Amino acid sequence: MSERKTIKKWFWVWDFDKEERWLNEMALEGWVLDGVGWCTYRFKRCEPGEYTVRLEMRPYDEGYVSFMEESGAEFIGRMIMWIYFRKKAADGAFDIYSDIDSKIAHLDRIGRMLAIIGGLNLFIGLLNSFQGSPVGWLNLVCATVLMYGLGRIHGKKESLEFDRQLRE
Amino acid sequence: MIDSIALTESTYYILLSLVSPQHGYGIMQQAEELSKGRVRLAAGTLYGALSAMVDKGWIEQLPVESGSRKKEYQLTQRGRVILEKEVARLRELADNGERILGKAQEA
Repeated sequence: MSERKTIKKWFWVWDFDKEERWLNEMALEGWVLDGVGWCTYRFKRCEPGEYTVRLEMRPYDEGYVSFMEESGAEFIGRMIMWIYFRKKAADGAFDIYSDIDSKIAHLDRIGRMLAIIGGLNLFIGLLNSFQGSPVGWLNLVCATVLMYGLGRIHGKKESLEFDRQLRE
Repeated sequence: MIDSIALTESTYYILLSLVSPQHGYGIMQQAEELSKGRVRLAAGTLYGALSAMVDKGWIEQLPVESGSRKKEYQLTQRGRVILEKEVARLRELADNGERILGKAQEA
């Protein structure tokens, strides 16, 4: 039975690259991601640097997961709309996206999700506030945070689009 | 518009790899081999590109053989025409580059 540990940690959706960097730092220290849950990361012992870990937002699609597995990646798990993969470093470089267009498409997916949930919160928050509900402000706070996130995603997208003008 | 389309590098190598039937991982390997290791298609990018190209009718998915989960794809006639036009376009780019840069070096 290999050694295991669980870490509770929170990442904002728009910090998904930070989350991925952290997971790879863990892998370099000899802990590879082995399962995910709500703010929960389960690790198991591995050789330091044995794995590369990648994550992305994508509605679960069995065909996609088996496509990834065909290319040598291992499906770790999913949390709501995020899916996690790992691949042995010895089996070659591992990235999910290799051109600017597909990175932009990924950011668009995240942005759309934030916009929908943010818009819904705004609507419910306003409705509740007008009806004098004591919790309407909560939705408005959520909406504000999500809109901030949308701005962050948009910023990342803009810098990619700037690159895109001159190269692919 | 469709006549003067410039393909992305990923699209170009995916189409080239599909002159004969190939499954996803085979496309990744072939693109890397053809470009001597320079072009590495990542699986997420490839997956999106394949479904877009099927929608456009440039490639088609072959019937899945029983017992195999791997989907195979192949270039269509339409895809071949697009690829041939792209080769002509790239040749023009390369010829102009060599001609003008060559001239500049002589001067």
